Amino acid sequence: MLEVTALRKSYGDIVAVDGVSLSAGRGETIGLLGPNGAGKTTTVSMIAGLLRPDSGTVLIDGRALAGDTDPAKRAIGLVPQDIGLYPEISARENLHLFGALYGMDRAQRRRAIDAALDLVGLAERGKDKVSGFSGGMMRRLNLAAALLHDPQLLLLDEPTVGVDPQSRNAIFDNLETLKKRGKTLLYTTHYMEEAERLCDRMVIIDHGKVIADDTLQGLHRLLPVANVLTVELEASKSDALRPEDVRALPGVQSVEIDGATLRIGVRDLAADSPGILGWLVAHGRPFSHVASERASLETVFLTLTGRSLRD
Amino acid sequence: MLAPFLALTRKDLKLFFSNRRALLMTVAAPIAIGSFFGYIFGGGGASTEPSRIPVLAVDQDGSAISREITAALTADKNLAVKAATLEQAREAVRKGKATVAFVIPKEFGADAGRAFFNGAAAKPEIGVLYDPSHAAEMGMVEGILTGHVMEAVSKEMFNGPTGRAVARDTLAQLETSTMPANQKTSLRELLHGLDGWNAAREADATPGRQAPRAGLTVPYRVKTEAVTSGAGVKYNGYAHSFGGMGIQFILFMGIEVGIGLLTQRQTGVWKRLRAAPLSRGVLLGSRATSAALTSMFVLMVLFAFARVVFGVHIEGSVAGFLGVCAAFSLMTAAWGLLIAALGKTPEATRGLAIVTTLFMVMLGGAWVPTFVFPGWLQKLTVVIPTRWAMDGLDATTWRGLGFAAAALPIALLTGCALVFGALAVLRFRWEVDG
Repeated sequence: MLEVTALRKSYGDIVAVDGVSLSAGRGETIGLLGPNGAGKTTTVSMIAGLLRPDSGTVLIDGRALAGDTDPAKRAIGLVPQDIGLYPEISARENLHLFGALYGMDRAQRRRAIDAALDLVGLAERGKDKVSGFSGGMMRRLNLAAALLHDPQLLLLDEPTVGVDPQSRNAIFDNLETLKKRGKTLLYTTHYMEEAERLCDRMVIIDHGKVIADDTLQGLHRLLPVANVLTVELEASKSDALRPEDVRALPGVQSVEIDGATLRIGVRDLAADSPGILGWLVAHGRPFSHVASERASLETVFLTLTGRSLRD
Repeated sequence: MLAPFLALTRKDLKLFFSNRRALLMTVAAPIAIGSFFGYIFGGGGASTEPSRIPVLAVDQDGSAISREITAALTADKNLAVKAATLEQAREAVRKGKATVAFVIPKEFGADAGRAFFNGAAAKPEIGVLYDPSHAAEMGMVEGILTGHVMEAVSKEMFNGPTGRAVARDTLAQLETSTMPANQKTSLRELLHGLDGWNAAREADATPGRQAPRAGLTVPYRVKTEAVTSGAGVKYNGYAHSFGGMGIQFILFMGIEVGIGLLTQRQTGVWKRLRAAPLSRGVLLGSRATSAALTSMFVLMVLFAFARVVFGVHIEGSVAGFLGVCAAFSLMTAAWGLLIAALGKTPEATRGLAIVTTLFMVMLGGAWVPTFVFPGWLQKLTVVIPTRWAMDGLDATTWRGLGFAAAALPIALLTGCALVFGALAVLRFRWEVDG
């Protein structure tokens, strides 16, 4: 559905996008992840035909967009990061306008507007002015406006920025519905948990370059430590515990001792944890609390770039 | 492409008319200011008493001539004359409470009489103190003063006791004068004749009543006629002021069109519009069309108000009037697009656009008619499109001229619209900010 190859865009000496390549098949949801200023929005703008790349190609269903009026643009639905609505008029009037821009007649628009408002849960507020909407409602309407012409490819540029958790969940439900309908979604965000919940595959971008492109499982495999087992030893029993003794246990990849707290990096939490805990008990190191955590995408990004996604 | 074009145009019109407060201001402000300027510059043509120029008279002479001059000036309908001392007069002019003060010095009557018959004699001076911010009124008062002084001095010289005494003194001095003999003879006959004429008048006068006196007067009267659209049709100052204010505020609307586009570029709306399969012509053309329609609407409302309230009529070609309004509306729309094309950010652009617009308005004669400008400036302002708009509106409203008088303004304004529009399309930054 979407094939992006070696996309590059610079502004003077600043290279915003530097050879980005990615692809998305029909029904696939791709997360485009990166910190602010990584080049996500510029990439999306070039895919949508809003920006002319310095080099590289964007193919939608196998063909490049040819100018402003190319009918192939109908295959794309853009949800811009900034709210793309007129607050002075009603939700329905906004949607009528945006539907008309895609050549839909009044009857088609009416049906599409009903369906879109229903999907985003704003059917009851259609006649209300957008200026009276909450931030979350505006975001949902922003999404609805991109769905009217029934595009196959949805470009979602940080669609949940500044949204309360309830509205964020509502938007996620909407996107999962669209995914089930077979739409292709390109979702940019710097919220890892959003990408983890929604995306089949993730493209991590930093300083305009793709630094990883894989499934969540594949990205975890890039980590030296996929899971961390944290053990709180009874204080009096933690003396003289040597890290190298623990590191010698099967499946242990790293060991860190901080007072009575023991952090052990393991490849397979389920397979390796019983042996480690049994060894501690057998060697007179009883513990009072055990916790485990899976390495997050944040950790993946930190490992790959040396900085946080929210920088 | 027509359906998106109409949808975008309709949307702009809806946004314009849905903002009631802004709409009210767009119409109310030019009406209020146009009414004020119209009243100041002649109103609706009804005869109104002109405001008198405040003048102070300092009579240090107290002679018959100086009293006559002061009385004549006091009776003049253009002046409001009050007596004052020299100090009072200077202070009042300095504070702006009087525009002009004239000072008639001691012995003015006698000296003026001598100088009247003898050009070689020293001429007395009338001092004039004036407020430099009222130079035009100063010139007017000086002219009025000259007329009244000539009349008062000549009247006294020909008919009054001072004049007769001066004539006798002059006759006595004539014998010792170095004047050529033939001139002496002529002057002697003139003065004897004058003395005899005065004696005869007194003898013919009704007993108990003084003989009528007369001096030199301005030997003509001025008959004025305002040349308007027809005989008996008075000049209506509101026609010009409503046109001027309409032009000013519509140009401000043009600025808002440009700033609105620049602002829109910073929002998701512009990205959504650019992501749709729309040509650049549809995007800018729809904006220009809606701007031109709203401009036309505002002009029509203003002139409708001026007609109902102030009796402004389209005395000339209605087609010409509508043509000028339409051409100016198109030019304004293109002006707005040009602002959007040349501007970088709304904040940086607004100030410059306002200053440029105010210059266009001022030099175009929208505030005050261009005929009050210096000659060189009148020639210079023909390059300002607002000048043509004003000339076209003046021609078709109070001047009552036909379509031919509006044709050139229409052509030039349409030409400006095309040039501005072409420049806007060429310079417009179509790409979104990354």
